[in-house]
Amino acid sequence: MSDDEQDEIITEFLVEAHENLDALDRELLALEKNPNAPGLLASVFRRVHTVKGACGFLGFSKLEIVAHASENLLSKVREEELELTPTIITALLGVADTMRGILRGIEANGKEGDEDHSAVVDNINLLQRGEEPPPPPAAPEGTRAASPAAAAPPPATAAAPAPAPGPAAPAATKAATAAPGAHAPHPEPASADLRAHNVSDSYLRVDVALLDKLMNLVGELVLARNQVLQVAPLVDDQNFSATSQRLNLITTELQSGVMKTRMQPIGNIWEKLPRVVRDLALICGKQVRVEMEGTETELDKTIIEAIKDPLTHLVRNCVDHGIETAVDRVAGGKTPDGRLSLRAYHEGGQVNIEISDDGKGMDLEAIKNKGLERNLITPEQVARMTDRDLQNLIFLPGLSTAEKISNVSGRGVGMDVVKTNIEKIGGVVDVHSRRGLGTTFRIKIPLTLAIIPALIVTTGGERYAVPQISLLELVRLTATQAHERIELVQGAPVYRLRGNLLPLVYLNRELEIEDRQADAGEANVNIVVLQTDNRRFGLVVDQVNDTEEIVVKPLGQHLKGITAFAGATIMGDGRVALILDILGIAQHARVISEAHDRASAQQEGAREDKGGSKQTLLLFLTRDGRRMAIPLSIVARLEEFPRQSVERFGVHAVVQYRDRILPLVDIVDLVDGGSGGGLAGQDPLELNDTIHVVVYNEGQRSVGVVVGQIVDIVDDAIDLSPGAGRGGLSGCAVIQQKVTELINLEALVLSRGAELLDLYQSSQGAGAGPGPGAALGA
Amino acid sequence: MVAQSQQLCTFTVDRYTFGVEVQKVQEVLRSQEMTRVPLAPWVVRGLINLRGQIVTAIDLRRRLGLPDAPVGVSPMCVILRSDQGAVSLLVDKIGDVREVSRDVFEPPPVTLSDLGRDLIHGVYKLPDKLLILLDAEQAIASTLARAKTSTTSSRPDSTKAEGKVS
Repeated sequence: MSDDEQDEIITEFLVEAHENLDALDRELLALEKNPNAPGLLASVFRRVHTVKGACGFLGFSKLEIVAHASENLLSKVREEELELTPTIITALLGVADTMRGILRGIEANGKEGDEDHSAVVDNINLLQRGEEPPPPPAAPEGTRAASPAAAAPPPATAAAPAPAPGPAAPAATKAATAAPGAHAPHPEPASADLRAHNVSDSYLRVDVALLDKLMNLVGELVLARNQVLQVAPLVDDQNFSATSQRLNLITTELQSGVMKTRMQPIGNIWEKLPRVVRDLALICGKQVRVEMEGTETELDKTIIEAIKDPLTHLVRNCVDHGIETAVDRVAGGKTPDGRLSLRAYHEGGQVNIEISDDGKGMDLEAIKNKGLERNLITPEQVARMTDRDLQNLIFLPGLSTAEKISNVSGRGVGMDVVKTNIEKIGGVVDVHSRRGLGTTFRIKIPLTLAIIPALIVTTGGERYAVPQISLLELVRLTATQAHERIELVQGAPVYRLRGNLLPLVYLNRELEIEDRQADAGEANVNIVVLQTDNRRFGLVVDQVNDTEEIVVKPLGQHLKGITAFAGATIMGDGRVALILDILGIAQHARVISEAHDRASAQQEGAREDKGGSKQTLLLFLTRDGRRMAIPLSIVARLEEFPRQSVERFGVHAVVQYRDRILPLVDIVDLVDGGSGGGLAGQDPLELNDTIHVVVYNEGQRSVGVVVGQIVDIVDDAIDLSPGAGRGGLSGCAVIQQKVTELINLEALVLSRGAELLDLYQSSQGAGAGPGPGAALGA
Repeated sequence: MVAQSQQLCTFTVDRYTFGVEVQKVQEVLRSQEMTRVPLAPWVVRGLINLRGQIVTAIDLRRRLGLPDAPVGVSPMCVILRSDQGAVSLLVDKIGDVREVSRDVFEPPPVTLSDLGRDLIHGVYKLPDKLLILLDAEQAIASTLARAKTSTTSSRPDSTKAEGKVS
């Protein structure tokens, strides 16, 4: 446990102990007035017990001894072996003061101090044995602890607690027994100053409802701020714009401040998990070690509450299904104890939570069979499913692969509930599993539900907010491009996004609002690429506006049933805009159920690639004007580099690319075998200001193939003419009415560019070569 | 309605004059900017921003099965208090607050069936006109709102139901 954590625990303990002691005072006084008040004694007992328990755990032995003694005394009283006399009350009040003294010491130095409290303990013990009032050092004790200066009136015992009881006793006893309340106000003024610095005073317990209300008000303020900011540029007044700027800043700070009050570390719910894991592991006969990372990651309280159950469920699942028994683990060459790791971190305004085990991973065959057995999927679907699709099947209701049903899991309910619960709060859950290596569940959830960043789009003249959590990217097509690139698969529009088919959903059609422009074929097409439920789709909207922080408001009863909307918000101009429920729209548009078809379409495409007759080709011109094409599927990326960024390494041209060194080769050199595969001799790179590069990956290594100009991406049935027969040339074809050389880039790079690939690899080692090392350092 | 007389906030819709108990009315507003809600029940005209609160606007004409107001006539908003927050009723014109006596009250006449008897408590026979006492709760109830969606069924939205199922 780190020092920080220890400090935090102690601070929490101090706050709680102070609270308990204050309550103890009140209750003791009440008890004195009404000794038979029901429950009061039990409450007093519980408070002492709580303090005792905590200090035992934290190793504050002195405090524990004092608390323990009073607990003994109280239990006698509770069992009616002792009568609750004012003497006992006095002694107990004194104990409370003593304990406060010790607490102050802990607060100041982190230690209990060296003072001897045996007198207090002895006193209590005497009382407990039913012996009559021994010397009660209660009053001096309390005063002394409060402040040595204030200890003047009573007999000075501050310096030597041990001998004190003797002479001071009779007088003090009388005073104390006669008026037990009397000594209480005595130390009060002195301790009041001190208490001002108590930790307990720097914490407040606040009703969550009040925080909710504050949050709502801040929401209103954010809206008002947005409205002011929208007006500000129209007003020609320096003062006003300065004030609105300040308003902006203050609002933002206030917003984050109020949000912080609602934040709780995820550790709060995690701390219960080791126990869950331990018990479960015991039942299953497994050994599991829990690792946690990022316990301090904070989340909104409502979200913390919402993910508690799903998290517990996932953890139980990992232990029950994921991690093997010690015997199996050893047989599999693993350590006998399984590792279950919990990781939480912030990323891009979201919180990521990962729950992973190093167990046996998921048995895709079993999932497949179970899915077929339960009629959740059809054999045709299975044939088209990727491993990832199969893994995500576990979130379907009714699917469990546990061979036998335990009381832990295996009933096939649960994972679907986990998914629903997480989606309910706008999160997503995903699973990755590798056979024999383990399973990882990844949960992404928003930080808060009240104020979220959103992209504002317009369709049919109304604005809609798209929560940013679902947003992947934006694509804008001109009318002509749209005409060419938006194709139909069995009547369903799709767009080819970097080689993958993206099903398109027209927002106006989903919302049944009249088409103003989308179908006219005249306008640009804006595609908002979204991801939900692990499926991507493109939402076609009329206009993409801005991103904005929006305050989520619920919809009224009349509109609750519409799955397309998650709520509403108020825009800067005061008008209401609806927040789209991306999952609802996807389901409505059947993107999700059709996704398998999409996946199959993809795979059919791949099959055709192999067949060779129809391919997606990247069409480009070489720098000397030759028209060439390569299969798009082998292109990792298309990049443009400014000419100045090209550096020299020996005879080779290289550029720095994503912290690596990317060797460059001209396509012509590669095809014709010129210049030994490099760009030496001539320097054609100087012809243009930017160079176009096709990044090609061969395993872990990359090479940049320099081309003159990217022409197009075409999808054509190609009539292959017998090629010129040169190596690396698949042949010749007429594409877009022009003769085009089809290049077998894979073969070329392997045969002629091998040296370059090695260059890329060698440059990965820090400073492996003198040249690249220096370049990397720059 | 035990009281001998009560105060009603009055307004007109089409050629009828309605009244609602003043206690149920939060406020009355001029025509507000409204955001349409696609896929919403027929009676819901849209959402309005009431000082940061989002309020559903229900068209009383549609609720009563009356024809829509002529284009260009902007409706007034009667904001009613309800258990689920404020709801706005869209009406043609706002009238005065009238003190009406129980003596002139009568249950709804049978001939009023076309106005939806379920929405009406009864009628006050005022000297100058008949004042229909509207059942505010029923008028803004979400359950009944759907019953009157005869017009919506003509919309090509068989998909909507499916959306809910999935």
